[in-house]
Amino acid sequence: MWENLQILIAAPVFNVQLILNGLTVGAVFALAGYGLALVWGVTNVKNLAQGDFVMMGGYVAYEFGKHGLNPMLALVPAAALMFAFGWLAYRLVIRRVIQLDLFTSLLATFGMAIVIQQSLNLVFGPDVRTARSGLGEIKMFGGMVEITEIRLIAFALCILLAAGMVLFMKKSRMGQAIRATAQDARAARVLGVNTDRVYALTYSINAAICGAAGVLIAMIWVIQPFYGIAYSVRAFVIVTAAGLGNLAAVIMTALGLGVIEQYSGFVLGAQFQQATIVGLLLAILIWRQIALKRQRKALQ
Amino acid sequence: MTRPSLLLHVAILVAGIAAPWLFPGHSVQFAVLWLMILFAQTWDTMGGQMGYNSLGNILFFGLGMYVCAMTQIGLYYDLAAYTASSGAIKIDFTDQQYYVGLALGVVLAALVPVAAAAILSWILFGLRGPYFAIGTLGVAIAAAELTSAWNYVGGGSGIAMPVFPGGPGSRERFFYFACMVAAMLCYLFLRWLYGTRFRLAINAIRDDEDKAEALGLHTRRYKMVAWSVSAFFLGIAGALFGNMTGFIEPLEVAYPTLTFGIFMVAMTLLGGKGTLWGPVLGAVLFYTLKEVTWTYLLGWQWIALGLLIIVNVVYFQQGIMGWLQQRKPEWFGVRVDPEAASDPAAEKRG
Repeated sequence: MWENLQILIAAPVFNVQLILNGLTVGAVFALAGYGLALVWGVTNVKNLAQGDFVMMGGYVAYEFGKHGLNPMLALVPAAALMFAFGWLAYRLVIRRVIQLDLFTSLLATFGMAIVIQQSLNLVFGPDVRTARSGLGEIKMFGGMVEITEIRLIAFALCILLAAGMVLFMKKSRMGQAIRATAQDARAARVLGVNTDRVYALTYSINAAICGAAGVLIAMIWVIQPFYGIAYSVRAFVIVTAAGLGNLAAVIMTALGLGVIEQYSGFVLGAQFQQATIVGLLLAILIWRQIALKRQRKALQ
Repeated sequence: MTRPSLLLHVAILVAGIAAPWLFPGHSVQFAVLWLMILFAQTWDTMGGQMGYNSLGNILFFGLGMYVCAMTQIGLYYDLAAYTASSGAIKIDFTDQQYYVGLALGVVLAALVPVAAAAILSWILFGLRGPYFAIGTLGVAIAAAELTSAWNYVGGGSGIAMPVFPGGPGSRERFFYFACMVAAMLCYLFLRWLYGTRFRLAINAIRDDEDKAEALGLHTRRYKMVAWSVSAFFLGIAGALFGNMTGFIEPLEVAYPTLTFGIFMVAMTLLGGKGTLWGPVLGAVLFYTLKEVTWTYLLGWQWIALGLLIIVNVVYFQQGIMGWLQQRKPEWFGVRVDPEAASDPAAEKRG
């Protein structure tokens, strides 16, 4: 551990590598985190199947790559497929748990997560997969730092998607209806907003965003049926730290999380990666709890 | 205790004692059934009676298992050398050494989780609702990851437990009865506890914690005690399960967040949370169903489990006991005024 720290101090160029890797991965976390913040804020459903939606999108890209197509092309079909899946999940499950207590929604989505990861395991097997984009690498600092082109493209696509979401939420009629429902569902209903449709659309949009994030993850990193839970926890870390409805904070937290993970992976070792994410989640929960304690409130 | 209830208890006791002789090949499965009953009951103390839905109670199970293993081996051997040798050192205990180690291990396996629950409750009970569920899930996952990185206890490759000194078949029977006694003690203790003021207090916390606190209940103290009770019995369960399995490792045996950790929630919800018999009923039903169908489902069993959880929480939230209470309130000593019951407006108001 100390040797690894010394490497970082002795050769600062490794820091550049870690930060670049962290930022590009963090951008994908930002998509999953934003989707969760959206669903959480509008429907008050804590979606524990978030990471498994990401994995589903990833497997679409993997299938594209296996059939000789460029996995980048999978972006639109994966999003469309996941949109449909989200709609179905809303109709069958989420719709019935929105009015019930919060633990019910948590458990129902947890059940969904189990179903999705096990189905993926049955169809694709437990191997770790990746989708090859066939793009090259960019070398910097005389070959000391290298970054795949696909990572940069993924980063740019994340920014584009996020910007598109902001425009949609601010400008479109439906986006306004979604924001109105998030503020006060009852008032929105009185003013003629079909909140049931808003909920369905929000959940489906979230699934579509996750699907797109999954395609990017499959290209820049690896996918596996049971890696979904890590993305769910990451999304929760991001949302509990950044709060709901604050896109800038979500993106900053997600990028920070990506960098922290890369550093902990390098310094502590890869086996501590999961423990780091969970440890961060606990630290944030405790920190927010202390902040609320001063006002004699509890985090709920 | 009324007559039918006494008969029921005696019948269960007789069936429990007779089971290993009636089905000698299935002693381990029956032992796990008792542990499942214990799991569901301890989860219900928190989730059902107090409204704190923990997804990480399995932490205490794994903690108890490891504490027991460390005590049993560490009493007579150097644990670090034993785990590092990966099987080269053979444990050779006399009968007395084995039983002394086991007894001491079980005691410590009950006490260390209680201490852990007390410390964690100080950290986690400021969280409520879904945050508490996620926080506890996080603690359980972190415990599993950290244990698999801790080489002193064998890390991811685990520990081989000492061999039971008795002859063939006696080991299964010994641990079967140990599990049965643990589950029955848990039931009797909770039965007594739910008859006291304690149950009213934790039910008040479930219904409205702020009001309970405003009325002068030391909510934190009650929550800590409730979690410690769960931890106590789960620790014992872990110690027994580890010895019964004969080999322990962090991810699949000691901290199975996605199997036992979820089973305890699913079983309680199936049986009906917040009741004394609901978890027992749910555990028996769930475990029987699981054991009968599991091997025939060929990989689909986990999907079936996920679907069961979804259907359970979405369409059948009250569970079997809750459903019975709605249908047959008179069985539970609730008298329904027929006039009020037949008046649809009253139902809406209620």
